[in-house]
Amino acid sequence: MSAQTHFKTPLRPSPFHPRTAPLNRLNRWGPWAGQLNALCFGDVDMEYTAIRNAASVYDLCAMVKYRVTGREAAEYLNRLTLRDAGKLAVGGVHYTAWCDDAGKLLDDGTLFRHGPQDYLICCQERHLPWLLDSAQGFDVAVREVTEEIAALSLQGPCSASVLAAAGFDVWGLKPFRMAEFAFQGGSLTISRTGFTGDLGYELWLTPDLALPFWDHLMQAGAPWGIRPIGSDALDLARIEAGFIITNMDFIPAHQALREDRPRSPLEMGLGWMIDWDKGQFTGRAALAAEQARGSDWALVGLDIPGNVSAEGSILYHDKKHEVGMITAAAWSPALKASVALAQVQARHAGGANLWVEIYALRELQYVKLMLPVQVVPRPFFNPPRKRATPPARV
Amino acid sequence: MRSCDILILGAGVNGLACATRLAKAGRSVLVLEAAATPGGGAGEVEFHPGFRAPALAHLTQGLDPRVARALPVAFHPALTTALQGGITVKGGAASVDAAAWSALHARLSRFAQALAPFRQMPPPIPGAGNAWSRLVRPLLGLRGLGQAELRELMRLILINVHDVGEDELSSDALRGLLSFDATLGAWLGPRSPNSLILYLDRLARGADPLLPVGGMGALAQSLAKGAEAAGVTLRCNARVARVVVADGRARGVVLDSGEEIAAKTVVSALNPRTTFHQLIGARHLDAGFHRRIGHIRMRGGAAKAHLALSGLPALADPKARLVIAPSSTAVENAFNPVKYGQVPDRPVMEVLLPSAHDSGMAPAGAHVLSAIVQSAPHAPRDPVAARAAMLENSLAVLEENIPGLRSLILHAEILMPQDIEARFGLIGGNWHHGELAVEQMLFNRPLHGADRYATPVPGLWLAGAGAHPGGGINGAAGWNAAEALLEAKG
Ligand SMILES: Cc1cc2nc3c(=O)[nH]c(=O)nc-3n(C[C@H](O)[C@H](O)[C@H](O)COP(=O)(O)OP(=O)(O)OC[C@H]3O[C@@H](n4cnc5c(N)ncnc54)[C@H](O)[C@@H]3O)c2cc1C
Repeated sequence: MSAQTHFKTPLRPSPFHPRTAPLNRLNRWGPWAGQLNALCFGDVDMEYTAIRNAASVYDLCAMVKYRVTGREAAEYLNRLTLRDAGKLAVGGVHYTAWCDDAGKLLDDGTLFRHGPQDYLICCQERHLPWLLDSAQGFDVAVREVTEEIAALSLQGPCSASVLAAAGFDVWGLKPFRMAEFAFQGGSLTISRTGFTGDLGYELWLTPDLALPFWDHLMQAGAPWGIRPIGSDALDLARIEAGFIITNMDFIPAHQALREDRPRSPLEMGLGWMIDWDKGQFTGRAALAAEQARGSDWALVGLDIPGNVSAEGSILYHDKKHEVGMITAAAWSPALKASVALAQVQARHAGGANLWVEIYALRELQYVKLMLPVQVVPRPFFNPPRKRATPPARV
Repeated sequence: MRSCDILILGAGVNGLACATRLAKAGRSVLVLEAAATPGGGAGEVEFHPGFRAPALAHLTQGLDPRVARALPVAFHPALTTALQGGITVKGGAASVDAAAWSALHARLSRFAQALAPFRQMPPPIPGAGNAWSRLVRPLLGLRGLGQAELRELMRLILINVHDVGEDELSSDALRGLLSFDATLGAWLGPRSPNSLILYLDRLARGADPLLPVGGMGALAQSLAKGAEAAGVTLRCNARVARVVVADGRARGVVLDSGEEIAAKTVVSALNPRTTFHQLIGARHLDAGFHRRIGHIRMRGGAAKAHLALSGLPALADPKARLVIAPSSTAVENAFNPVKYGQVPDRPVMEVLLPSAHDSGMAPAGAHVLSAIVQSAPHAPRDPVAARAAMLENSLAVLEENIPGLRSLILHAEILMPQDIEARFGLIGGNWHHGELAVEQMLFNRPLHGADRYATPVPGLWLAGAGAHPGGGINGAAGWNAAEALLEAKG
């Protein structure tokens, strides 16, 4: 029997750790799904700038992954998730979410279809018990493969050019499609997906190829100023893109301790995902009832005057009544605006007479601001290069 | 494709009760029954050439009064219960420890009467959604007990029956009877918490065990005839393979034969797990609901023994119900081994000689003995060996109590919980199609989300023993389901 020593490293290093560790000049690490992940390598502004102006690399290994295979994989996923997994073409990817019986969100994630009966779910939280319970009565196999796949997210306007220089021709790859490439006797899957709202790709391979691939990519990307980034810079980019994160912008129903905390996809602006034509899926009846009755909450994008970021602030109607809470906020360098994502009581989703109270800590004293906010559409930042196929050669 | 208004699956006592109520309300009802004859647990089988025995149930604690009015059944006079040592019990009268038994019986009967109305309505649920007008009578009934008695009821309601016997009685034989009757059909022992409430529920159904004239088969026949007279169409040899669900609604069924029958409403008087896991299927249900259906506890502890006898066994009163449960501890000891999948050395049992009441159960001069034996393991490691051991241990106990019995045996069989599941569709062999236990009563029966006969699948209703208030040859669940369906204009 092998010695049990895993407890000595409560946070597992990523397969890329031997390369990322020396680069992390500030030694700024944080936990992500049980893995050690860089928060920042040294300069968050430079890292953000790489996302929007050059090419950035983010270590995605910690992303929780489940492989779903078998004769009824599509039927299974249709019952599990909100969208129609049967309509997802082989080689395609879609953003989806899933709920409990009460129609409350458990997680959102991306679904990759590798074959007619072969899917990969990528998400933030762990769900194996739920996925297995959901498999009862279906001819499918569900397996967690988080540690079997290493992944990097390559994002930025130069990312296609970097890949071309690395020998991977992705010029024809459309958003939410993926392609396979050979790499050093193994294979590399490249999907045109990401979490920055920019041109970008996610790169998937087996962990044994992680280090040679890292070296190869960094070398190929050097002329474009390729740069590893941490979660801080990514968070800024995702807020600009208006993306939500499980456990930051909503509490997944299986983790919420308070009965009123879980949120439905309708409440989190994901109602567009729900495929009402595909038949039964878990939470359907509850969501139909919610739709008929009206939701309690709404997710809104906010434009806030001034340049003080408003994370964690409370929203008021008429400066008096608490009606919501900001879940993510940032001063957006791309937009030169203070933007935020917020949960607000649905009847105030229009934004009329809506105010935010910001407590800005200034040298051990709070400066209290009561500012009028404006509800604006998401994404806040939505450049055409995100969609352009082929992307510009830069 | 045939089509009808209401389809009822299963012609057990609950399916028939439900069908009758609906037909009397002018609905057109078709009942589909897998077996060749109606009755389910109330059926009758020829288990040896010329020898007939009640299939499962051999007595009833009384039909639900509404069912009894709509579907009259003739019963023999209430049976006397005979215990070892010549002790007899009938209602509140016992031949030993008479004053104590009578006082206990009177008090528990009063409690049972106060609780009985809850059996005849959808379970009240915590929070909104109750028809308060319907709750007035049962709540007043409880108030009517008076403050002191209500407090006593609250003290007793979740207690174990063994302690009550210790406190209130001095005869071991009576304590044994009390414990046996409380735990008959349950998967618990007399010392398990919440065992007394099962005794109250038994008394709420009726004071004494009743035997239908002509036997359980005759009861099934008269229920079926009564249902047909009310306008119900009954079709036997029609096993439902699945319920058709389209656009989120139950639309009918497909039979084993492939035949399809469409219906406006489908009522399942079958086991809830069978209904949802087999007939509906996971893809039409929310995942959490489907999982919870799998977690309904359905362990059966009762085995059924049938003996074909060449002559009359040596019984003091061949017409009595004989309970062999010498003490409460004997009942507890008989339950202990089943926790570990083992067979008790000395099972306890309820013995009946149906042929002493109704000739025709056996050839002239011969007799049939029917025994419900507890406790049998529902999941033994070696089912064949367990069955053989259970039969042998039961026969040994019987022989001790009825000397010479073994020499009369022409044929003996015992149905273990797994056999009962296979033959009658009671999952786990459980008496109530889902254990009747406090945590699976009222709004938790069979589970939250399907606790008031309506289910998460529109157009599909539950009407079997798995629903409130549980099983036995009684029909309350079926009748309640029909009332709920009519009220909802389903
Ligand atoms: C060993 C044992 C002894 C018992 N003794 C007694 C007793 O003495 N007194 C008492 O009151 N209770 C007794 N019971 C309990 C009693 O038998 C049940 O609680 C009662 O039969 C439940 O009635 P029901 O109508 O809900 O279900 P059931 O009687 O089980 O009826 C269900 C019916 O559905 C039919 N069916 C099943 N599947 C299908 C299908 N796919 N398609 C169509 N039809 C189908 C079955 O054939 C059956 O007729 C005993 C139970 C056991 C296990």
